[in-house]
Amino acid sequence: MDSLIEGFRKALALIFSFDEKLFGIIFLSLRVSGSALMIATFLGLPFGALVGLRNFPGRNFVISVLNTFMGLPPVVVGLFLYLILSRNGPLGVLGLLYTPSAMVVAQTILAFPIVASLCHSAVVDVDPIIRLASRTLGATPFSVTITVMKEARYGILSAIIAGFGRVMAEVGAILIVGGNIAGYTRVMTTTIAMETDKGNFELALALGIVLLGISLIINLGLHVVQKRGVVGVAA
Amino acid sequence: MKNKSIFLLTAILFLMSVTSLFAETRIRCASTTSTQNSGLFDHILPIFEKKTGIKVDVVAVGTGAAIEIGKRGDADVVFVHAKDQELKAVEEGYFVNRHDVMYNDFVIVGPPDDPAKVKGLKSAPDAFRKIAESGIPFVSRGDKSGTHSKEMSLWNQTGIDPAGKEWYLEVGQGMAKTLRIANEKRAYTLTDRGTWLALKDIEKLDMTIVLEGDPVLFNQYGVMAVNPERHQHIKFKEAMMFINWLISSEGQQAIGSFKDAKGNRLFVPDASE
Repeated sequence: MDSLIEGFRKALALIFSFDEKLFGIIFLSLRVSGSALMIATFLGLPFGALVGLRNFPGRNFVISVLNTFMGLPPVVVGLFLYLILSRNGPLGVLGLLYTPSAMVVAQTILAFPIVASLCHSAVVDVDPIIRLASRTLGATPFSVTITVMKEARYGILSAIIAGFGRVMAEVGAILIVGGNIAGYTRVMTTTIAMETDKGNFELALALGIVLLGISLIINLGLHVVQKRGVVGVAA
Repeated sequence: MKNKSIFLLTAILFLMSVTSLFAETRIRCASTTSTQNSGLFDHILPIFEKKTGIKVDVVAVGTGAAIEIGKRGDADVVFVHAKDQELKAVEEGYFVNRHDVMYNDFVIVGPPDDPAKVKGLKSAPDAFRKIAESGIPFVSRGDKSGTHSKEMSLWNQTGIDPAGKEWYLEVGQGMAKTLRIANEKRAYTLTDRGTWLALKDIEKLDMTIVLEGDPVLFNQYGVMAVNPERHQHIKFKEAMMFINWLISSEGQQAIGSFKDAKGNRLFVPDASE
């Protein structure tokens, strides 16, 4: 119990110390996870919409694969990517291993199935009448898709939020491909894992609290956007 | 549309990797978690970086993984503590210029009441035999780390094969977690002194050293460069500057002057120049 209270106390002290190292770590976390989420969204939304709205052979199989990959163990993704990016691996010449870029790739792989699969569900959930109506009104397939996605925006934003949760909390993959190098690839979660290893439980817990706090602020912001979307529909 | 975005992604990643090439000279050193967690690198690397302008990026993993990373050419230098494995990898041509750098030692720790009656023994294999006969739990790293290979060589000397025995717990985790588990299980374990000293007070481990000082518990650290003939991209010149600094009197002094927060000296420099 003392450790818990000490953890909270330390978390507050940490934040208000404005420690340069800590802010560097927080900034890198946001940069890596933010880039990964953006790329995953950029690829996952069209893909999810496609799977949700088009019928094509093997569609059910694709959906099952997506759903399975939502539960990809990060360590496995990390190891797989390590072998690919390693100097002996097929993409070794890029020299990406142990760089922030490799971490972005790892987290993109982890977030993509979540964004795509949940976006697919959101799109499927939209009342078929809307599709029919806009088609009868002479809309092209592309603008039908846009209309449906607009309709599904609450669910789509939920998909992005779920993807964000996945990448911000993830440690297994980025530890392997990033290497937790001080001042270069060390992020919040890998720092927490390392400090736990060192036995600095209070510091690790404090960092965990800081991480949760940041996630909360970002989620509050996203929720405001999400709510505004729904009010817009009602109006 | 999708092709375009994949192209864009690759382009961005490529640019990011290219820009990092033009930054200051950095070399990558694969080392072990226990070395990093001791705080040694935080003490010695700034001295080296200030002197040479070469930034050393440490990737801390288990000894087995560190050597593997070096073999694959994903690091320039490997700094670990498993002399037999190191020499074997040098013989196989993966590494060159291996040097002894420093040592610390292993100790056998266990419950303070010492239920297997190990205290008073002088030899580590004898202690292991006694623990095996008593049936008191023994927690093994089980992760192919330097500590684990030392443990296996000790079991080898006793002629006992502990694998699969009810009292033998293989956890496959780092030293700190292994100590934590041994503490909870009232078990014995083999640990490096650095991790033990760092952890026993802050985590209030209810354990004690039951055997120390046997020369077989000597834990030699070595450094070696990845063979540039196998991997052309290796920064061999900078890697050798680092190795030569570590074994120079200046580097050795830096290692010797490192103390943990409690003032314990954790490593004894022993490079023979």
